[in-house]
Amino acid sequence: MTARMFLPMDAAAVAVGADDVAAALLAAAPDITLVRTGSRGLFWLEPLLEVETPEGRIGYGPVSAADVPEILAGGANSLRLGLVERLPFLRRQTRLTFSRCGVVDPRSLDDFRAHGGFVGLARALSLGPAGTVDEVAASGLRGRGGAGFPTGIKWKTVAGTVAPQKYIVCNADEGDSGTFSDRMIMEGDPFALIEGMTIAGFSVGATKGYIYIRSEYPHAIAAFADAVRIARAAGYLGANVMDGGFAFDIEVRVGAGAYVCGEETALLDSIEGKRGQVRPKPPLPAHEGLFGKPTVINNVISLATVPTILANGAAAYKDLGMGRSRGTMPIQLAGNVRFGGLFETAFGVTLGELVEDIGGGTSTGRLVRAVQVGGPLGAYFPPALFDTPFDYEAFAARDGLIGHGGIVVFDDRVDMLAQARFAMEFCAIESCGKCTPCRIGSTRGVEVLDRIRRGEKSDANRAVLADLCNTMKFGSLCALGGFTPYPVMSALTHFPEDFAPPPRVAAE
Amino acid sequence: MSQGHPPEIWSAARGEQVLAPHATTEGGLLPALHDLQAAFGFIPDEAVRMLAQVFNLSRAEVHGVVTFYHDFRREPAGRHVVKLCQAEACQAMGSRDLAAHAGAHLGVALGGTTGDGRVTLEPIYCLGLCATAPSAMIDGRVLGRVTPARLDAALEALA
Ligand SMILES: Cc1cc2nc3c(=O)[nH]c(=O)nc-3n(C[C@H](O)[C@H](O)[C@H](O)COP(=O)(O)O)c2cc1C
Ligand code: SF4
Ligand code: FES
Repeated sequence: MTARMFLPMDAAAVAVGADDVAAALLAAAPDITLVRTGSRGLFWLEPLLEVETPEGRIGYGPVSAADVPEILAGGANSLRLGLVERLPFLRRQTRLTFSRCGVVDPRSLDDFRAHGGFVGLARALSLGPAGTVDEVAASGLRGRGGAGFPTGIKWKTVAGTVAPQKYIVCNADEGDSGTFSDRMIMEGDPFALIEGMTIAGFSVGATKGYIYIRSEYPHAIAAFADAVRIARAAGYLGANVMDGGFAFDIEVRVGAGAYVCGEETALLDSIEGKRGQVRPKPPLPAHEGLFGKPTVINNVISLATVPTILANGAAAYKDLGMGRSRGTMPIQLAGNVRFGGLFETAFGVTLGELVEDIGGGTSTGRLVRAVQVGGPLGAYFPPALFDTPFDYEAFAARDGLIGHGGIVVFDDRVDMLAQARFAMEFCAIESCGKCTPCRIGSTRGVEVLDRIRRGEKSDANRAVLADLCNTMKFGSLCALGGFTPYPVMSALTHFPEDFAPPPRVAAE
Repeated sequence: MSQGHPPEIWSAARGEQVLAPHATTEGGLLPALHDLQAAFGFIPDEAVRMLAQVFNLSRAEVHGVVTFYHDFRREPAGRHVVKLCQAEACQAMGSRDLAAHAGAHLGVALGGTTGDGRVTLEPIYCLGLCATAPSAMIDGRVLGRVTPARLDAALEALA
């Protein structure tokens, strides 16, 4: 019997040498079956090689090409992790959206079906369009792209709008630093997303879907485009999906390096071939979206979660979580963190548990000083706020947001004034230019922070900064200008010592 | 995204050929721009004129789109493109120092091209490799856990 081994083809695994490991394996043992999977999301262990045994899959990691001979000889005990499923980081999770990611061959429909694929779509077909929308609404699923809008309500609006053509648009622009869950799904379980988009199309009466993937993700673009071709060839996309008597197909579009194109209306303009500028609302995309037609626009994770909701029932999903945050969230631990990766769990886990306990603190071994939650528009939290539960409302109550679920950890060498300055600089670089507070205010913000850095009229300039943030917050059309004040003001509020005038040094 | 192969020299015939599949696509301008840049390494003025005609837009409108997106170049880049992630998760792992190191090594600032046209050094804001930071992309190839030594080795290997 030839050995079966599994090694991720995920971009992050490739970035730390997975392809070299694959080449070394196939050179040394040409008769093994090597399955290239997505990543399990334990990135400190990548490249993570798994070897199939009667007991289950035994992991080795982090593996380099030089370790391959020893592993093949049955040695390499220092890299041996035991059964991967039993690793505490995985065992502590509730993997619903990510149940297959890192496990299956992302280009194999057989694998997908063997692991519960298309069960959700089959249930949707039996419930009918209206019943499916009701089920999604009953699950309590809220948009995972950042704004947390109830997905069922959005679908209901589009389903109830009469039009000759409607669209499903998947937002795969994932621009937030510290996030990679969309990328992992597109690379590791793309059929789940195809299934989710198809269910959305069936429910609201849309025959065409677009996915807008950022250009910074070449591996995800290739993996997802392959999956679309494979699904189409097998009759899961096209004129008569699963012989269910309805049509649905997907077209892949690629972004061009503009962060603001993650904003839903800017994204629609970008697909239309225009500058990615934010549209005023109303009209809502649900009424007049892509090419002026009713459009459901959802994040990758929102859509990829729909199949499991339908397969297991809305109640099972809704039972998890806290308050108005129902179900699970794929949380991403990033930056200076010892155990960085993807941790899917029910809402309600505290920030401290995530950073210190699950994440293991910093990778540099120094003290954690700040964490930024929710991407470049999210607030910086000090350890004093680590009792905050992961929940949309709890973060909002502390002037923060969970966004797309990214947590970026910084150690005690972080300079919070520099982080505040970067937030303003990023806003200036990425502003779509439609409103003055965002376009001009962000550049002013950089200047004011530079003055504070030099110790010029510190008190007065801190007041100017707060005032400027207030203007941006209330005078911006979208959350780029409107939320940039979160990282800036949280840095100023929680880390005021970094904004104090520099101590006078005696002349040399 | 430069994959390392040398770009073609612009010709109207080849430009038309690259454009053709997108001419009838709804919202085909962005896919057309991506393919033009993949072929020629940048978006030449002649291509802007051609795009305006094909998509029935003014040249100013096409120009507005090209300049809006960070990906599209109006000038050829160096033979190799080195992108260093400068977003927050990479900052937490020393991306600012890494950029300074690379700049000193190559003798250019972020955004610049070396005098011999060998390397263009650019910032990029997140590659989705934030748990193996700091990250880089060299001619379309991704690198994680980048140290100054690893970056130097990668830069030395570029022709
Ligand atoms: C500046 C800005 C950037 C955004 N970037 C993204 C993004 O990359 N991905 C995403 O899904 N949503 C992003 N959003 C949120 C979208 O506007 C929108 O809320 C989302 O696509 C809706 O899908 P959901 O309800 O499934 O979350 C962004 C919003 C703003 C203001
Ligand atoms: S806040 Fe900024 S990015 Fe948003 S619409 Fe206004 S100018 Fe554009
Ligand atoms: S912040 Fe650098 S890869 Fe995400």
